Amino acid sequence: MLPIIKIEKLSKEYKIGQRETYYSLRDSVSDLLTFKHRKPHNTFWALKDVSFEVKAGEAIGIIGRNGAGKSTLLKILSQITPPTKGRVVMNGRVASLLEVGTGFHPELTGRENIYLNGAILGMSRKEIKKKFDEIVEFAEIEKFLDTPVKRYSSGMYVRLAFAVAAHLEPEILVIDEVLAVGDVQFQRKCLDKMNEIARKDERTVLFVSHNMGAIQTLCGRCVLLEHGKIVASGETPGVVEKYLKNFNNTQLSDRRDRIGKGNIKLTSVTFENAKGEEVASFVSGEDAIIRIYYEATNPKQDLSQVAIGIGLDDSIGQRIAGLSNIGDNSFPEIIKGKGSFVCKVKDLPLNSGRFYLSLILRHDGDIMDWIQQAAYFDVENLNNVNHGASLSRSDGAFLINYSWEANR
Amino acid sequence: MKYEISPPKGLIQINLSELWRYRDLLFIFVWRDVKVRYKQTVLGIIWAIFQPLLVMVIFTVFFGQLAKIPSDGVPYPIFVYSGLLLWNYFSSALTNASDCLIVNESIIKKVYFPRLILPISTAITPIIDFFFALIVLLGLMWYYGFAPSLSSILILVLLLLISLLTALGLGLFLASVNAKYRDVRYILPFFIQVLMYITPVIYPVSIIPARFQWIMYLNPMAGVITAARATLLHTAALDGRSPIIALGISLLIFILGVGYFRKTERFFADVL
Repeated sequence: MLPIIKIEKLSKEYKIGQRETYYSLRDSVSDLLTFKHRKPHNTFWALKDVSFEVKAGEAIGIIGRNGAGKSTLLKILSQITPPTKGRVVMNGRVASLLEVGTGFHPELTGRENIYLNGAILGMSRKEIKKKFDEIVEFAEIEKFLDTPVKRYSSGMYVRLAFAVAAHLEPEILVIDEVLAVGDVQFQRKCLDKMNEIARKDERTVLFVSHNMGAIQTLCGRCVLLEHGKIVASGETPGVVEKYLKNFNNTQLSDRRDRIGKGNIKLTSVTFENAKGEEVASFVSGEDAIIRIYYEATNPKQDLSQVAIGIGLDDSIGQRIAGLSNIGDNSFPEIIKGKGSFVCKVKDLPLNSGRFYLSLILRHDGDIMDWIQQAAYFDVENLNNVNHGASLSRSDGAFLINYSWEANR
Repeated sequence: MKYEISPPKGLIQINLSELWRYRDLLFIFVWRDVKVRYKQTVLGIIWAIFQPLLVMVIFTVFFGQLAKIPSDGVPYPIFVYSGLLLWNYFSSALTNASDCLIVNESIIKKVYFPRLILPISTAITPIIDFFFALIVLLGLMWYYGFAPSLSSILILVLLLLISLLTALGLGLFLASVNAKYRDVRYILPFFIQVLMYITPVIYPVSIIPARFQWIMYLNPMAGVITAARATLLHTAALDGRSPIIALGISLLIFILGVGYFRKTERFFADVL
């Protein structure tokens, strides 16, 4: 069968600074008069020689860390920005869901916004009319159809936005991280709907997400991007595993925003799974190892009173746990100039999400080194600990080992 | 439907069939802007009528009564109002079109559609206001004893189209520049004000020495307003040449504007 999307050596170059604050005419004129280039034209490749094919009816996942080029790829596929090199041959109409609710106008009612949003996403008025009842029913907003959407709760807003988009009938649907919002129940409904779209209607879906649970449910095949290049592609489980093992060594030596006397400095942080393999993401419920490297300026540093601590923050900066060695006397008294502290966490009780580490190293009551938000790791709730809560972060950051029983 | 996405090169053709497919979006954008505008203002339609009327009164007092600017033999109020009718449309359409990319930035960065839809729809929207202001003009004509003929109304529609083309052509150019350099937003009100004084809105072309009048007509709006007065108020015999010159120049502006817009539009999402 002919591929519905054929991507050949696709590359996109950005000028560094191009997407920053706007450039005023005055800057251009003064550059012209003084014969200088205010901004050195540093460029970087957001996407470099990416090639792959998608067959009709396939649901394909695009995964990678932030800045890997996922969004750029989707933007090119949905013709929002042109590629610098390479080409894409498309055999069908594309609708993209890069952000739900695009073009919603707060002053207009739900009913009006369905027409507006539908038209922006490429539906004709006739199509919208035909699907109108279905959309309203899916979004569960019958009662609020004639209320301006500015009075909607964020949940209703997202439901309506997703409902319109899900009723598009393009051959190719491009979805970016829609599942990051809404309540669990609705997220599951969305996922089912997407499944239905991808399976039954022979529609092709390109799905970008950080949510490995959703990727595994929805996509048979995945492409892993890193620094704008494809580093792996194929059956989802293998690619996801590769993504999780993705090396994440955070260097701290160059950090300037640190406080402390500096006799001992923290130099880097790495993460390991239970098997001792370096990873960037942990899996919920499995053992996790955090390794913090240090270097002492005095090679015979006395470490008898050293106290190392990790402050664990969730993605909105809320402190959720502290891990420190205070009271633990197993540390050697004197060590050589370099080494590492290892923090082992048994059965990591964290839900899907990104977590940040703040590190503090004290000695004899003095702060030696203190770095806020020194590193981060991701957690994937792959095994659906807590009965499938992997779909959502709204269940909270922690997974608690519990069970229920009923007594009579 | 098969198509290719590749790096832009050379002149891009206007994809008319694609524009046609998105015609519903064009209407929806017009409908949205009208709806939102009249939803947010308490006075709604009254505002569209009141504004040109008030300006007319002020201009009549200062330019008509005190400065005694001639008005080609018709009462100054209706003289200046007929000019303001088309001028207000032109300046709203130009302002809207120039700002349309910035106002709709979030949509442009998220969804693909032919970008031309935006400036076209925003330039069409003020026709609604034009319509209400026209009703007031008809009232004024009745009051001052001018009878509108069917042919004069048809000519007025043609003149409105020329104004649309001119505003859109300039607006397309300014919108593209505006995407990259926000200076346009600040310069535009000043530019429009200057443009009004070099356009015969508050004075007739006839006060300019005859041998320099052709310079005035390089500005399509001068031809449009003069022709509108000739056909509605019989200030002079309608000279067929001035609307044709205006049409020619407005077409030129429009084509250049579309060309520049098309050339830059693919990068809007990157520069906005």
